[in-house]
Amino acid sequence: MANPNWEVVIGLETHAQLSTQSKIFSGAPTAFGAEPNSQASLVDLALPGVLPVLNRGAVERAIRFGLSVGATVNRRSIFARKNYFYPDLPKGYQISQYEIPVVSGGGLTIDVGGVEKYVRLTRAHLEEDAGKSLHEDFHGMSGIDLNRAGTPLLEIVSEPDMRSSAEAVAYAKKLHELVQWIGICDGNMQEGSFRCDANVSVRRRGTETFGTRCEIKNLNSFRFLEQAIEYEVERQIELIEGGGRVVQETRLFDPDRVETRTMRSKEDAQDYRYFPDPDLLPLVIDDAWIDRVRAEMPALPEAQRARLVEVHGLSVQDAQALTASRATVDYFEAMLAALPGEAKLCANWLMGELSARLNREQVDLARAPIDAPQLAALLRRITDGTLSGKMAKDVFDAMWNGEGTADAVIAARGLAQISDAGAIAAIVDEVIAANPKSVEEFRAGKDKAFNALVGQVMKASKGKANPQQVTDLLRARLG
Amino acid sequence: MSVDGSTGLARASVAELARLLAAKEVSAVDLATLFLGRIDAHRDLNAFLDVRPEATLAQARDADRRRAAGETGPLLGVPLAHKDIFVTRDWASTAASRMLKGYMSPFDATVVEQLAAAGMVCLGKVNCDEFAMGSSNENSAYGPVLNPWDKGAVPGGSSGGSSAAVAARIAPVATATDTGGSIREPAAFTGITGTKPTYGRPSRWGMIAFASSLDTAGLMTVSAEDAAIVLSAMMGFDPRDSTSVDRPPEDCTRDLQRPVKGLRIGVPKEFFGPGLSPDVEQSVRAALDVYRGLGAELVEISLPNAALGIPVYYVVAPAECSSNLSRFDGVRYGHRASEYRDLEDMISRSRAEGLGPEPKRRILIGTYVLSHGYYDAYYLKAQQVRRLIADEFRRAFETCDVIAGPVTSTVAFGFGEKAADPVSMYLADLYTVPGSLAGIPSMSIPCGFGDKGRPVGLQLMADYFQEARMLGAAHQYQLATDWHRQVPAGF
Repeated sequence: MANPNWEVVIGLETHAQLSTQSKIFSGAPTAFGAEPNSQASLVDLALPGVLPVLNRGAVERAIRFGLSVGATVNRRSIFARKNYFYPDLPKGYQISQYEIPVVSGGGLTIDVGGVEKYVRLTRAHLEEDAGKSLHEDFHGMSGIDLNRAGTPLLEIVSEPDMRSSAEAVAYAKKLHELVQWIGICDGNMQEGSFRCDANVSVRRRGTETFGTRCEIKNLNSFRFLEQAIEYEVERQIELIEGGGRVVQETRLFDPDRVETRTMRSKEDAQDYRYFPDPDLLPLVIDDAWIDRVRAEMPALPEAQRARLVEVHGLSVQDAQALTASRATVDYFEAMLAALPGEAKLCANWLMGELSARLNREQVDLARAPIDAPQLAALLRRITDGTLSGKMAKDVFDAMWNGEGTADAVIAARGLAQISDAGAIAAIVDEVIAANPKSVEEFRAGKDKAFNALVGQVMKASKGKANPQQVTDLLRARLG
Repeated sequence: MSVDGSTGLARASVAELARLLAAKEVSAVDLATLFLGRIDAHRDLNAFLDVRPEATLAQARDADRRRAAGETGPLLGVPLAHKDIFVTRDWASTAASRMLKGYMSPFDATVVEQLAAAGMVCLGKVNCDEFAMGSSNENSAYGPVLNPWDKGAVPGGSSGGSSAAVAARIAPVATATDTGGSIREPAAFTGITGTKPTYGRPSRWGMIAFASSLDTAGLMTVSAEDAAIVLSAMMGFDPRDSTSVDRPPEDCTRDLQRPVKGLRIGVPKEFFGPGLSPDVEQSVRAALDVYRGLGAELVEISLPNAALGIPVYYVVAPAECSSNLSRFDGVRYGHRASEYRDLEDMISRSRAEGLGPEPKRRILIGTYVLSHGYYDAYYLKAQQVRRLIADEFRRAFETCDVIAGPVTSTVAFGFGEKAADPVSMYLADLYTVPGSLAGIPSMSIPCGFGDKGRPVGLQLMADYFQEARMLGAAHQYQLATDWHRQVPAGF
């Protein structure tokens, strides 16, 4: 909750693991969850005599990011060595970018409670991840797994522009959506593909200078990010109001106890002795490369949403839901291509029946058993009157279960709707004759009785009669 | 000269060995056996760190099979030794450090691979200063190498095993590496031809790194002609080395027969200052006279910033070394302390025990110059001066084709003479460091004998990628002189 006396200042550093097949400086694969040390090459192991070679795909993803946030893609950037000893850091240094990063500036517009705000980015730079130290299960020894060593990361640094945990979470979510949208990161937070460090400080409202900040490391869920910031803000305010001083330090968030605690203070801070890596030439990116990347970029979520509203006449809510991921909007576009002019119907089925089913069965849209053209073919049978909405849902179930295309299911089950006026009229007449009581009640002004008659007609037709035609005919006969 | 008898064969050049192999007068197995015998007979030089006759003979038999199958080539069956800075699958790769005692690499360095592909037969690994840090080979964890000309003198460093092996003709060719003079200085001290090509031409893949922006693979040979033949097989773009120059491989022998008449030889006046010993100066000036006699034109040039080479070098090289040697932490391979309290202590103790005094000294210097608050004053400034030195060479090559001067200020010194004073040892690189900082090709060729009958070297330098021109100039000198044919007594 906003404190009337204190202003919160937050900046985030986000590590997005880039979705390349191989590592940033070696040919080893980056897949998650393999046997320990099965994905570490000679280079990842830092054997004597090995050298790094930059992965072009990682650079391309950094360019894509830069273009998507309106940043400057630096035509020349430098890889530097960050030197420190740790058992899971094989070379004794991490290759990162220091003075000149690949991306400078740019920003993101976030929306908190309907209020828009622009958060500026400082920079985004390429670097390699370290391995993992495993301190349990080795009987007093430590295990080292170097599968993750050399995995490409884009570290995205924001300016200290956020003023609440809600803004920080909105920013992190926006960034999370964006990196997945532009296809540079799978966004899997459980596997650590997207994680945030939060720099938090407080200052008395009206003060110009920033307070002393603390950095909370490795927050790998939006909930932890929010909880960690809120705890930290409280802690700092209480500390200062109690006459104390905030000490610049790195802190860890403990999700079980919902608190942050000291990891290392500034006094213990390492001198990383950065210097340009002599094994790598400056990274030079020419205009042609940037143009090529730009040409291959998907339209960004905002642009897509605007198009869905303006061109296809969808509501803002529908547009929002359809652009939750690129897979969703791509599916939608593919449906619409097969069924032009039926945007609303396509959106309803995609966000309704299909989404519900995917959720229930824990299936990814990409692996849905019904693809976009198939779903569109089913919907065509609604628009041409072959199926009622209810019948279509039954056909959908059958399609989901692998019984074939919409038309195959309709044929196999004899499901085609009866729209022949003569046939329906015959059934209507029979029902009127067999239910004099209901007819009487309807004429006496009871609407319910009419519904009962419709129900009887549908029942007599085994559900196949076109409901609209049934209603129209009944009214004509009884009116 | 005669190549009759085993002594004659051992004194043959690569070019001569190639002719004998092609004529099937000698086999690769014969040569391997001959040199393995000589290595064994001269073990007191301590030139070799790892010899595995079975591995050598297997390669020799393979070379003979390839020739029998119709393959030809100037290096097929010619033996060589590799400096222990190049990693090899079949011989231990230690960088002459206790840290890597017995370390077997799972892969061969690119240079090793290229020369094996050309059919060369590896005789084993030769000694050097630990991690190539030193100018006397006294810094090897496995003991110093003796100079075949005078066993009381150092063979130079860091490629002292390479220089002694070729000078003693216990290997006809040896690979070497040069970071600040580690090929040229030992070549000068042992009276052989030592060649450092342009930085980035031979691949650094598989070279145990000392100072990445300076480390250059090269050769110790009996003659410039041999250097040209072997060098041609170890250049060319390597995608595994990002600093490898993307140029097609080149025939470095193409200018060997080109007369030096009209060749403009730049003589830097700063290289003949008060620090230069009279005996060395005399031989070098005599060599310049030979060139003049052959029709070359001597042009006085000035390299005023070259004197700053030593301080610049001893900032840049230790900085890179302090980072490059961080991987030796005892975690994945190499020496690990047997007792330690925790992970940090394990790394500290393993490094304290595994690394010798010179690498430690340079790691300390390098760590200091890269420290927060010192970086700009030392490393950044050194890189700026380095650029000035390179620019100075560029300008000089507008008025001359090659530069000539001394390699070292004195002939080989005695064991222990400079070991106690690291700075005087560092000054031994005075004339070689500028070329390393600029990354230009340079070499040392024997040009006489100085005090105590110890050899003197003449340094030749050329502009980037002008190896062929430089080697041609050296070869023309060697056609007119026979210093390179001199062999120390007893070998």
